[in-house]
Amino acid sequence: MHELAVTESVIAAISTQLPDSRVVVVHLEIGRLSGVMPDAVRFCFELAGEGTCVEGARLDITEPEGVGDCAACGASFPARDPLALCPCGSADVTISGGADLLIKAVEVADDV
Amino acid sequence: MCETCGCDGGDAARLTTLTAPGDGPGHAAGHVHVHDPVPVPVHGHGHGHDDGHVVTLGQKVLARNDDLAVRNRAWLAERGIAALNVMSSPGSGKTTLLERTVADLSPDRPISVIEGDQETLLDARRLAAAGARTVQVNTGAGCHLDAAMVAGALAALGPPDGSTVFVENVGNLVCPALFDLGERARVVLMSVTEGDDKPLKYPHMFRGADVLLLNKTDLLPHVDFDMDACRAAARRLCPGLRVLPVSATRGDGLGAWYDWLDEVTAAP
Ligand SMILES: [Zn+2]
Repeated sequence: MHELAVTESVIAAISTQLPDSRVVVVHLEIGRLSGVMPDAVRFCFELAGEGTCVEGARLDITEPEGVGDCAACGASFPARDPLALCPCGSADVTISGGADLLIKAVEVADDV
Repeated sequence: MCETCGCDGGDAARLTTLTAPGDGPGHAAGHVHVHDPVPVPVHGHGHGHDDGHVVTLGQKVLARNDDLAVRNRAWLAERGIAALNVMSSPGSGKTTLLERTVADLSPDRPISVIEGDQETLLDARRLAAAGARTVQVNTGAGCHLDAAMVAGALAALGPPDGSTVFVENVGNLVCPALFDLGERARVVLMSVTEGDDKPLKYPHMFRGADVLLLNKTDLLPHVDFDMDACRAAARRLCPGLRVLPVSATRGDGLGAWYDWLDEVTAAP
């Protein structure tokens, strides 16, 4: 369950940067090839957020598609898994997108 | 939050130091925290919804771990220490491999081990008995080691300059793949009883590997395992991956493993 550690990292990063804020929304990016399950993060977020500045905050997760770059034909194509084949048939593919885990932004209440 | 002292450093894991036979007296138990959060600059500060404002962070989720891993790597490099992150499923034979490696090599070079387990000191005791100074990190519910735990363990170990440190990660092929520890190389171990399609099932782990050990080859006559298919699957994820068949219990193939170790530990 690395999702728990991932979620705790998210909360720790936000708490460090915005220690006195009440966070209303957290915008996360979890790439489809990142190896992290968004549903598990949602589950952990509620539990791990208790008593922190993100307690009660909404979690907004975007899941960018994987992108493969083919060394054989030069095409970039959507990659559903890290072993994706290029439509041209080549397996000489580098993953160039959809593997990131980012805290994009947070929305903070002005009432505190 | 730390169960031992109640501090909320967040990175606490229980540490126990075990000395190798002949290492002289000394036993320390405790835990180490890394308390200084790594500040990351806030990149933007714009106004959004009516009921509040948006703070743009654009920060990697694992930025803190990655930053600590960079520090570990620098700390190790300054001392010429090669740290190897050893990962596998539970039961693949990591501890047996390391036990044998320590027994064979430690008379000629100092080896220490950071032993990660959720609970117990069993594996750490085996490695200490084989001759390695060992620090046990009990992660409790944690399913992987992170860079902060390794930082604490390195401080407790104090490995000599130019030595080799094995980090035996928690048995798990999923979570450890995500956490850079500051290691010089990643060793992935699997046994021939696990199925030759294992690399395809755990792509992140195999993709980041520097060497793959296929253990328990003494069992090959009894299992349906296609060595070439496994090698091909692993290399689809990691072209050029070194794949070394070994039997840690019988000693087969360990020469090639020791040669690889010499190579990777000699590199600056
Ligand atoms: Zn192509």
